[in-house]
Amino acid sequence: MSMKTLYLVVPLAPLAGAIVAGLFGRAIGRAGAHRVTIAGVAVSFVASLAVFADVLAGNTFDGSVYTWLASGGVRFEVGFLIDRLSALMMVVVTFVSLMVHIYTIGYMAEDPGYQRFFAYIALFTFAMLMLVMANNFVQLFFGWEAVGLVSYLLIGFWYKRPSAIHANLKAFLVNRVGDFGFLLGIALVLAYFGTLQYRPVFDQAPALAASGALPITAICLLLFVGAMGKSAQFPLHVWLPDSMEGPTPISALIHAATMVTAGIFMVARMSPLYELSTTALAVVMAIGAITALSMGLVALTQYDIKRVIAYSTLSQLGYMTAALGASGYAAAIFHLMTHAFFKAVLFLAAGSVIIALHHEQDMRRMGGLRRHMPITYATLLVGAIASAGIPPFSGFFSKDAIIETIRHATVPGAAFAYFCVLACVFVTAAYTFRMVFLAFHGEPRFDPQHPPHESPAVVTVPLVLLAVPAVASGWWIGSLVFGDWFGASLVVRPEHANVAQLAAEYRGLVAFVVHGLAAPPFWLAVAGIATAYYLYRVRPELPKRLAQRLGVLYALVERKYGFDELYALVFAAGARAVGAGLWKGGDERAIDGVLVNGAARVVGWAAGVVRLVQNGLLSWYAFMMILGVAAVYAIVKYRVFAP
Amino acid sequence: MLLSLAIWIPIVAGLAVLATGDDRNAPLARTLALVGALLGFLVTIPLYTGFDVGDPGFQFVEKAAWIPQFNIHYHLGVDGISLWFVLLNAFVTVLVVIAGWSVIEARVAQYFAAFLVMSGLLNGVFSALDAVLFYVFFEATLIPMFIIIGVWGGPNRVYAAVKFFLYTLFGSLLMLVALLYLYNKSGGSFSIPDWWNLPLPLGTQMVLFFGFLFAFAIKVPMWPVHTWLPDAHTEAPTGSSVVLAAILLKLGAYGFVRFTLPILPDASRELAWLMIALSLVAVVYIGLVALVQTDMKRLIAYSSISHMGFVTLGFFLFNAWGVEGALVQMISHGFVSAALFLCVGVLYDRMHTRMIADYGGVVNTMPKFASFMMLFALANCGLPATSGFVGEFLVIMGATKVNGWIAAAAASTLVLGAAYTLWMYKRVIFGAVANERVARLKDLNARELLVLGLLAAAVLAMGVYPLPFTEVMHGSVNELLRHVALPKT
Repeated sequence: MSMKTLYLVVPLAPLAGAIVAGLFGRAIGRAGAHRVTIAGVAVSFVASLAVFADVLAGNTFDGSVYTWLASGGVRFEVGFLIDRLSALMMVVVTFVSLMVHIYTIGYMAEDPGYQRFFAYIALFTFAMLMLVMANNFVQLFFGWEAVGLVSYLLIGFWYKRPSAIHANLKAFLVNRVGDFGFLLGIALVLAYFGTLQYRPVFDQAPALAASGALPITAICLLLFVGAMGKSAQFPLHVWLPDSMEGPTPISALIHAATMVTAGIFMVARMSPLYELSTTALAVVMAIGAITALSMGLVALTQYDIKRVIAYSTLSQLGYMTAALGASGYAAAIFHLMTHAFFKAVLFLAAGSVIIALHHEQDMRRMGGLRRHMPITYATLLVGAIASAGIPPFSGFFSKDAIIETIRHATVPGAAFAYFCVLACVFVTAAYTFRMVFLAFHGEPRFDPQHPPHESPAVVTVPLVLLAVPAVASGWWIGSLVFGDWFGASLVVRPEHANVAQLAAEYRGLVAFVVHGLAAPPFWLAVAGIATAYYLYRVRPELPKRLAQRLGVLYALVERKYGFDELYALVFAAGARAVGAGLWKGGDERAIDGVLVNGAARVVGWAAGVVRLVQNGLLSWYAFMMILGVAAVYAIVKYRVFAP
Repeated sequence: MLLSLAIWIPIVAGLAVLATGDDRNAPLARTLALVGALLGFLVTIPLYTGFDVGDPGFQFVEKAAWIPQFNIHYHLGVDGISLWFVLLNAFVTVLVVIAGWSVIEARVAQYFAAFLVMSGLLNGVFSALDAVLFYVFFEATLIPMFIIIGVWGGPNRVYAAVKFFLYTLFGSLLMLVALLYLYNKSGGSFSIPDWWNLPLPLGTQMVLFFGFLFAFAIKVPMWPVHTWLPDAHTEAPTGSSVVLAAILLKLGAYGFVRFTLPILPDASRELAWLMIALSLVAVVYIGLVALVQTDMKRLIAYSSISHMGFVTLGFFLFNAWGVEGALVQMISHGFVSAALFLCVGVLYDRMHTRMIADYGGVVNTMPKFASFMMLFALANCGLPATSGFVGEFLVIMGATKVNGWIAAAAASTLVLGAAYTLWMYKRVIFGAVANERVARLKDLNARELLVLGLLAAAVLAMGVYPLPFTEVMHGSVNELLRHVALPKT
């Protein structure tokens, strides 16, 4: 089998599974649906591994599959760019997706929409793979929108719930706001470069930048608006917490591990462009830093276990975005990968709890679960430690790489970003362990009549399998971040070589850990855990008093800074008010009322005059008709209009 | 010969259907109508397969003297632009006949006859190369549509039909004057291709531009002469809404490419700002109005106007992306709006209401229908891999080349279009079963499944592989752009 065929197998196998499960779900039954989709994703995972091995051997690919459209002398292709960046993403996406597929067998066992769910998640896998494998902007946009669509379908999966169908519409529209910028960015690329293939665009970009920074900056900023939508960056973050209305496997797959990382991946992929605009980099870094800290703070105030993890996701995405702004593309992708593993563990473990407690998500009605669900507890703890950034768990390495990169960054606002990400280490550890202590320690607060049981093997096995990379994937830092592993697929200009500076100081994994133990981030993380322990184990009455003391400030954070209310008022209600005004005032009153009916009134008045000639005599009509025909004849014959 | 067949087979079949008489012969009328529609579609297929992509001019040309005294000819031909509309029209006619199969129970023969005759007349509009022939077909299409809305329409049908008729008649009278002027000016020729090379001073071009503008803008319809469309759609039976949206609206847009741009290039360039502004108003203003509609058909009607804004915008960008994008948008809109009106028809046939508030939770009782409508709703939002994306994408690309702010205003449809379409979808389809009547709904029957399935296939095929559609256009579009770029004063 040629490599190109293999590349095709990677996205098409999940697509085939999705089509079979989606169209023939009833015929093949529940088992048939999960078998066919799991088989598709498994094939895709194995093929991705083979591609990964091939790429490690030094092979890359940049070619088209077919010409989608041709217009104005430009051919818009569907094609693949396979290099280390896309190969790594393919493996991460298919692996997490495979685990989620297996987990879903247990999680959705009781659900009537079983087949539909498998069709959706397989379709999602296809879309995400098309996105990461693209070698051009059109296909990128296709994947971009397609993951948004599947996310829409999955958030609204339980379509009878008013909250779910509100959340999915909101998610789609907020994403569309991002896509609005993204598409305009793509249009600018086409206008300036005359092609939408990555390679020639990247090649010509330095020349364009040399003739003026504005176009490149505009392109980068517009593309980043898309990333802000998809990766839920402030102020387009509002959809992600609500997306928790979807079933938990989807929260793990789409709203933590894959789709929301599309924006991060995109900026990394576009590093040849972003490197050319310091303005764009500074904006990216500032947005990321703001998102990281502000969303982490919200996580401290939430009681819905999924929402805590969702805000944690927002905050971690902020880390990645800030790293991109510091030209730490490798560090961002590295954190993307470790985060995909530990966040999937956190979400799937939370899902295991939710199922065990019969769809209870409020942590105030949990407590003491560790005795009832030891495997879930152990895996969640792994995810929590990794998330808090304690060595030797994966999150420590990736977060440290990001913080250090930002410390070295020279773009404007780097000091502010450094403060945000550093403070956020404390916050991250605090909210993560707040969740651990609230849900798994202390006195049980759930209904004692129905004590929870550990979940079945289809749920726990994927948890354990994901926990392994959640611990170990960080150990790859030496080659992945500091070893220039990505090679030519990520471009960093010499003046932004912040990661390279770190690499020069890198003396191996053990030295890195030892060094990390003496650095502020580690101690901030420990302090965060200690604070959570003190507040939720030692003095559990304290958080409520603290919240009261903080008053408005706490309320503001708990209400997510009021963005939902603001947007609902300005955009949702505002657009409807304007629409209603234009309809009633414009269409009905001005156009129909004055123009159309006014014209009708004039006609009516004229008819009064004309009535004089309409005397009901047939011969009179015939006469008038002949006159009319004669008039047209005369116009034609004698060229009345001729000059 | 093929074009004549495409015109006259449906018309003759329509007359044959009419001859079957009253409703006792309804089964025969239906069968005859289907045979006529299918035959009409079959004869258009060789137009595509036999089309020479390398030839930018008119093909399958037929020319015979019609009224020799005035040099009026029965002159037919299609290029890479009009070809698609003949095909689309023939395809939609088949769908309309199937869709109306058992829904129409009164005056069956007349109903199907009206559609078949209209189909033939529409093919005439798209293939006429003689201005008088064009005008006759253009005006004649009004009559069957007027009859269909007036006879089979809703309670307010008479108001809607008259508004439709008068509005469009007013516009076309001004066009007649412009046509007569061009005849005289060209030394007695009604040949449209001849007029393309006619030198005209700018002032004259400007006057003629407005003569044509009223006729075409009302048909498209462009803001602010659009208010007849929501009324016509809401009162029209499903079939005529489908033809109205899918084909009749295209007449206006087609007029711009056939007459305004190549005959009046200097005026077109001078007034492009106006056309672009009106198009953008259509996209944004009408998008906002669509958001607050309470009647599904009215909402889709407004959505149509907004989508047609992309068509007129694309034409007046004067680049290949814009024009081809506009043409693709016209074809796609033919599929998508037809499908959405059919979807509303499916619901209306069961519940006899178009009000969004009367629905809710339809997915619980009609899951298959909900899936189809989801696809068409997404196509209406311009999601990639559906036909709706291709045209909007190209027009936005073309607009960016002219001016980034134009593109930004046009791209607002990404948000607005999704908002009005999916909000309606949410309220109608999602949620718990809203009432007893929704609880008793039956899912799609085989006939509905066939019609929506064919449209779904078309929407997806054009979205995944639009290349064959534009491939045919390139030659003629470049020829058109060459004419537009050529000063004629």
